[in-house]
Amino acid sequence: MAGEFYAGIDVGSTTTKVVLIDEDDVLCGRSVVKSGYDFAAAAGVALDAALAMAGVERAAVRRLVSTGYGRRNVPGVDEMRTEIFCHGSGVHHQVKGAVTIVDIGGQDNKVIRLGPAGERESFTMNRKCAAGTGAFIEEIAYRMGLELGVLNGLAEQSENEVSIGSFCTVFSCTEILALVRRGVQPADIVKGVFRSVIKRVLEMDTIAGRVAMTGGVVAHNPIIARMMAEMTGQEVIVPDWPQEIGAYGAALTARRL
Amino acid sequence: MAEIKKLKAAKLMKKVMADHFYEIDNAVKAGSPKVAWCTSVGPAELLRAMGFVVYFPENHAAILGASRAATDYIPAANAIGYSPEICSYLTADVGAYLKGFTPLQKIYAGIDSIPKPDVLVYNTNQCRDVKDWFMWYARRWNVPCLGIESYVNVGEVTDTHIKGIAGQFQKLAADIADATGARLDSDKLEETVELSRKCSDLWREVLETAANKPTPLTFFDGTIHMGPAVVMRGTPVANEYYETLLAELKEWVADGVSAVDGEKHRIYWEGMPIWGKLRENAELFLRLKTAVVASTYCNSWIFSALDGKDPWNSMARAYTELFIVRDDAFKEDYFLRMKGLFGYDGIIFHDAKTCPNNSNCRYGLPQRMLEKHGIPFVTIDGDLNDLRCYSEEQAITKIEAFVEQLGDRR
Repeated sequence: MAGEFYAGIDVGSTTTKVVLIDEDDVLCGRSVVKSGYDFAAAAGVALDAALAMAGVERAAVRRLVSTGYGRRNVPGVDEMRTEIFCHGSGVHHQVKGAVTIVDIGGQDNKVIRLGPAGERESFTMNRKCAAGTGAFIEEIAYRMGLELGVLNGLAEQSENEVSIGSFCTVFSCTEILALVRRGVQPADIVKGVFRSVIKRVLEMDTIAGRVAMTGGVVAHNPIIARMMAEMTGQEVIVPDWPQEIGAYGAALTARRL
Repeated sequence: MAEIKKLKAAKLMKKVMADHFYEIDNAVKAGSPKVAWCTSVGPAELLRAMGFVVYFPENHAAILGASRAATDYIPAANAIGYSPEICSYLTADVGAYLKGFTPLQKIYAGIDSIPKPDVLVYNTNQCRDVKDWFMWYARRWNVPCLGIESYVNVGEVTDTHIKGIAGQFQKLAADIADATGARLDSDKLEETVELSRKCSDLWREVLETAANKPTPLTFFDGTIHMGPAVVMRGTPVANEYYETLLAELKEWVADGVSAVDGEKHRIYWEGMPIWGKLRENAELFLRLKTAVVASTYCNSWIFSALDGKDPWNSMARAYTELFIVRDDAFKEDYFLRMKGLFGYDGIIFHDAKTCPNNSNCRYGLPQRMLEKHGIPFVTIDGDLNDLRCYSEEQAITKIEAFVEQLGDRR
């Protein structure tokens, strides 16, 4: 593929995402890899994968912007931006007008309010606690012996969802083990876990107006967006590439530098 | 990377603080004069006027935090029933004592331990934890523990408040005399209160140099230079120190020297410092070209009501009209006054896990400041001493995003 390209690299606590765009902001390549312990290596692997998808040589990448917790670990970047900024940019490019972004990530959640022109009005992040994040879901799945890939399908089958009352991930696991002992169906527990995730998010800020949900948790479990709409009574949009939206925002930033 | 600029006065402060600790240590070793422990906004003037040398354990706990020893010793206090949820000054200090450690051993040759006092004297104007802290040592050493039981959540400070607290001050003097044999020198009390007022005025002037744009002083500098105002107020030495510091800051202002080169944004810090991350946080804000120009914390040692001609009532007023004693309506107004004075762009609320009284973000106050007054804020989770409660990466991201947001608003 000819022309100049711009890359955004979002090194998150769990996964590293790369998005490659062309001069017209069109997404040409994207990738998601595990962040692991070597963020620079993960960024390199993810960039190579996105370049391969786009059929683009590394030399054709004109600028590169990193974001996410590991943004300082990516070599050769032109600029670094916070994931709050990049999520805002990425979502605003697809969802015009005022919107509240709810991002459920691997280890943190964000609620970002954008004004009519995409300007950031405020943001909040979860407290120093993994309850309600992807890590919470991973831990529960591990305890229940379930693959992450089956959770959405299970939740869709739930007929008697249970309520998970504990704040804490560890206490929730104990509570779930008690439910398992009582013979509660896994599908009902998983849907209750998803409900718990949404409740933790709704405690972070008031949700008024349209919502855009992003992050790996929603990308892999779209039922959560539907449940959020039911619980808030608001329109909930899931933009394209919800897991890579931060990387997309970083790529857009790279093009505008 | 930009470096933290050092004031020359810091050298003098080191000497002043060393003299303070050696004076106490010598008194303990010689058995005279008597030694009193005092809470940081406790009745220091009264104790000096009764002839005590005065030791402030909160200062010691902050040194434990700043030297990153606190987190190692907190578990020892947890193990004897002092929860990880309560004041980490208390738990760090008690834990360190239980393990036979004090950072003073490393800093000051010849000082082996914290000083065993003749009396422990508190004021609960800050919190109940200071009393619990002192009571632990009182039981341990069989030493009297006396104090002022203060009001909380005060709106307007009325004559009723003043009368009540002034009466407690007078009874406290009598009780200390009964318990220790020390006698109050009324002339000395007037003189000490006047010296303390002078210290307060000078400290306020020091802090208010940060009203200049660019500021010559940041919150992080203030947390270091406040030492003498905390532990030596009421002595001529403290006042001489702040005269020196103030003169140097005025020179910096005249010469256009800024604490943060290229100052773009100005922030108010609400809450306790994160002692173990002071340098990292100072450097983070330097990198962001953002000056943390003012704080409730450093302002807490401004006691403008003190008056040597009316020591009892003025001490009662000074130690009751403190920010920490007041209700949220007062606090809201206070933040507005500080905005007028320092011209800050936003507020960082530090939600200190173990210090609820210094965490003013738990009852919707930040949201009210935004909705009513348009003042943006961010809240970071941390603690004064217990670094297990602090997620550094998350805090950095929040602060960087907040500064980005301030930039967007311009």
